[in-house]
Amino acid sequence: METYNNKKVIKIEHTDIRKRIPLGVFFLIAGIFIWFVFSRNVDPGMITTFVMNPGGAQVLLPDMKFDTLTALNIIAVVCIVFGIFQIIRGFRQLTTLAIFIVGVLVTIGFLAWGAENTSINVGGMLRVMILRSVPITLGAMAAILCERAGVVNIAIEGMMITGALVAAIAGSAFGLWVGMLAAILAGGLASVLHAILSIKYKINQVISGTIINITTIGLTSYIVTKLLQNTNLQHLNNSGFFQPIQLPVLSRIPFFGPILFSHNIYIYFMYILVILLTVILFYTKWGLRLRAVGEHPKAADTLGVNVFRIRYVSVILGGLLAGFAGSFFVLGSIGYFEQAMTAGRGFISLAAMIFGKWTPIGSFGAGLLFGFAESLATNLSILNFPVKAELLLMLPYIITMVVLAGVVGRSRGPAAAGVPYEKESL
Amino acid sequence: MEDNTKVQNKNFVKIFFEELSRNSLVFIFLAILTGLIIGGILAAATTESIYQAFDISFSEGIKASAELIWNTYSSLFKGSFGKPNEMIAALFSGNKDEILTAFRPFLESLVTTIPYLFSGVAIALGFKAGVFNIGAEGQLYMGAIMAAWAGFTFKGLSPIVHVPLALGVGFLAGAVWGFIPGLLKAKTGAHEVINTIMMNYIAFNLTTFLVTGPFQDPNESFKTPVIEESAKLFRFFEPPLRFNIGFFIAIAAAVIIWFLLYKTTWGFEFRAVGLNPDASRYAGINSTLVTILAMSISGALSGLGGATMMLGVTFRQTQSLSTGYGFDSIAVALLANNHPLAVILTAMLFGFMRHGSRLMQLQTGIPIDIISILQGLIIFFLAAPAIIRTLYRLKEPKKEFETA
Repeated sequence: METYNNKKVIKIEHTDIRKRIPLGVFFLIAGIFIWFVFSRNVDPGMITTFVMNPGGAQVLLPDMKFDTLTALNIIAVVCIVFGIFQIIRGFRQLTTLAIFIVGVLVTIGFLAWGAENTSINVGGMLRVMILRSVPITLGAMAAILCERAGVVNIAIEGMMITGALVAAIAGSAFGLWVGMLAAILAGGLASVLHAILSIKYKINQVISGTIINITTIGLTSYIVTKLLQNTNLQHLNNSGFFQPIQLPVLSRIPFFGPILFSHNIYIYFMYILVILLTVILFYTKWGLRLRAVGEHPKAADTLGVNVFRIRYVSVILGGLLAGFAGSFFVLGSIGYFEQAMTAGRGFISLAAMIFGKWTPIGSFGAGLLFGFAESLATNLSILNFPVKAELLLMLPYIITMVVLAGVVGRSRGPAAAGVPYEKESL
Repeated sequence: MEDNTKVQNKNFVKIFFEELSRNSLVFIFLAILTGLIIGGILAAATTESIYQAFDISFSEGIKASAELIWNTYSSLFKGSFGKPNEMIAALFSGNKDEILTAFRPFLESLVTTIPYLFSGVAIALGFKAGVFNIGAEGQLYMGAIMAAWAGFTFKGLSPIVHVPLALGVGFLAGAVWGFIPGLLKAKTGAHEVINTIMMNYIAFNLTTFLVTGPFQDPNESFKTPVIEESAKLFRFFEPPLRFNIGFFIAIAAAVIIWFLLYKTTWGFEFRAVGLNPDASRYAGINSTLVTILAMSISGALSGLGGATMMLGVTFRQTQSLSTGYGFDSIAVALLANNHPLAVILTAMLFGFMRHGSRLMQLQTGIPIDIISILQGLIIFFLAAPAIIRTLYRLKEPKKEFETA
């Protein structure tokens, strides 16, 4: 017993060191980079102004003005100290927090450097971040439902675009709520196809997803070009969108209120769904069965769980969610459908799912991060930053690959994802 | 016993179709036919004049629909091959210019086939070795932009040096884009589907960055400079015709990959890993190396496709280069059952449809996007054979080897 315990301890330490050193080096590089690249390019005495006005706030915060060089130097030193501490001792349980702090510091440093001598509206940027994170987070949760049950779903993009088109048409004809409902059902319908192909016919799930993506992207473009651009039918692509609702009390919180709690209905649905899905997946019997089916379907089957039924239900639920995510592009944003308007958000959702380690809360965090990258990228071009927006937009994908490869942190998917389940014949 | 009596009771036609259904070629034909029928119904259902015809009488409606579907597909055919009567007349006249004018759609369709051919072979090779390269699109972009760079940067080279150099740079760029996911899969187990999707988006953003930044033409924004004359691929005919040697390079690539896969030990190892990586590892095959190589070669082929597009057709890169050739090529490979020589045919099918659809849109108002729908439907029916069997009352073919 004693030796067994010893072995276990040694093993933990071993993996700990393997993860600890690269992360520490990463922090160090961040600090050194800020010190040598950002600080050296800034003249002393420059002032950066962070405007803290997200718009529509009852209580306004004063603008933050600070000396750019001092701020950059402080950030660089903190990053380096964090890095040294991580290499020597390690943050252990606080690692995630440490990564978060360094990430925020580097971002602040980047903004301060880019906006030297000018001002940048941080409040507005954070508000846009929440908006941009909605389809990514919802899509990621759709993907989580499927993958946790063992079905790979790369057709989120196709289901989203279907949802968006249906939302625009049904929303224009019968009102916003009907549009939302129709979009959800349309996403569900596409996922029924995916479920039948991959669960019943046991087709390679990636191929099934590709079929749905090619067909739906083609079909939606076809319908727009052939029908909705027709003058007689243009009124069918003018649904309007949900107006923002100020949540009582919460929206009055200074600074954070307008960022988090003065949005349209989609944002609140997203908050609720993140909590709901977490509870369902990790605290209910059904969620346990679903995860068992995704990890080891044969064992689950032996214990009397109906593998096929669980997979069907979760893939279709995922599709409903993806359709809902798609309707956001129309009903939660601009109020009409455009060709290819999802612009790869369905694929970014997959990245967010991996980044969030297949958990709803994690992928919400990833959604916020990717949303921030998008929000920042749009700001870069307006503010004349010395960095191109495209380079910044590459970051989420690179980070996802790094995480998936296990260089910093490790993200492993359900063991049986992508493998069709074959019931053994007696 | 029972089976025998059943067979005797069946009529000849049924037996005939059963025999045919064992043949996968007929199967592919039926999948394409079913796709075309559904596409035709869709075209009719979304056209206003059809509804007006149905208002007059049912037979009028059917007549109008049939006419529309016929017009759609015949203009698709004319757009991709040319007008048959003109082609024959031109051949008889013997006038070179006339022949070229009549065959122009055909030759242009061959030009559109080139990227499908490269990416189709690339994806087929990946499938054979057990990796799903969904990143052909990104690899194609990287091949194109880097070939463009090599094309406009080096000046005063002889075409004999410059063309292979630019092609080689595109080849390498694609190889790198395939190598990274391959390495990650082999060394860390990270799934190549996700990583190639990520690499696609990195490639799109990187291309936009390069085209609007370091590689931008000083005189014209959002475009690279036009490549040097010495980097352009050899074209067989005068300017409006863009048919170039790239087509034959693509055919050669398909044949070489076929030869490597089926006639060499190396190819045998590839296919063994694709069928069963664990068993091949026990047999002493270095499956890690095979995975990395397969992804790299796959990426390189796609990159070469982008490079030939750049050096043979477009000559400069703008922000949007490909209209999803890399994604469609997944369908090209699947339709060919991942056989490199069959890819030549399926790539031509897609290239011809894609090019012909422009005339179709012009003449009938049916949007080009119907091609994507057709592609989706065709691989749908191929992937789910049971649906085709039910539709055409085909019997499931008997398995020759029962697995124990």
